[in-house]
Amino acid sequence: MSDDIKPRLRVPTTAKKGEVVEIKTLITHLMETGQRKDADGKIVPRLIVNTMKVTYNDKPVLTAKLEPAIAANPFLSFFLRVEESGTLKFTWTDDNDQSWTAESKIDVA
Amino acid sequence: MTRMGLLNRRSALLAATGAATGAIATVIASRNAWATQDSVKEWLAGQIKGAKDGAKDGKVTLKAPEIAENGNAVPVTVSVESEMSEKSYVKAIYVAADGNPNPGVVTWELTPLAGKAEVQFRARLAQTQKLVAVAEMNDGSLFTASREIKVTIGGCGG
Repeated sequence: MSDDIKPRLRVPTTAKKGEVVEIKTLITHLMETGQRKDADGKIVPRLIVNTMKVTYNDKPVLTAKLEPAIAANPFLSFFLRVEESGTLKFTWTDDNDQSWTAESKIDVA
Repeated sequence: MTRMGLLNRRSALLAATGAATGAIATVIASRNAWATQDSVKEWLAGQIKGAKDGAKDGKVTLKAPEIAENGNAVPVTVSVESEMSEKSYVKAIYVAADGNPNPGVVTWELTPLAGKAEVQFRARLAQTQKLVAVAEMNDGSLFTASREIKVTIGGCGG
């Protein structure tokens, strides 16, 4: 199942110095709430992506801590102030401590 | 024979209806026993450490549809008035809901690098309920906004 989990990013490739740009992310993940029961009436254990960490040139931008009340395939969007060219790095971690990373470069023209 | 069969069917039907009503009542009762306004406050208090005083209205805007047809993915935008400079920025945004099994929805920890205190996500809402957003500033002050969202079809695999 974990092979199906893919992060997707929408990050601009260029920006002006000091520009605040919108970043959109999505990771395909079931986000099992731990509330559902399977066909045998057993509770399906909780398995959600509980954190997304974002850094720019290794400086922290933000951390999102997710709860089961976040929809499946969590779509998260935020802003970034770009002062210099650099690499935006994302790390998602789930309840099994499995993590996925993605990165995207932004050039300051 | 036929008459007996009919009676049996009728009583069976009656019994079934009774059971169903009972089941519905249990479902409603257990739903009400989920998150409450109090547990939302508790959750928020647990998340927000080192805050100076109670949350004031203002600065926070909570954008979400008034009526959500599908509670499985309700788009929500939270924005906070802030210059997001080293001196004055939003440290965190907390979002909670009072009608889900658990009160917490999401916590965003921000830094001035974000440039703009606006975040977007999709929430699961089990039923019509109130969403609360609290913004914690770097000086420890708190601002809040809330919004009632009507949900036609609940999320959470209900």
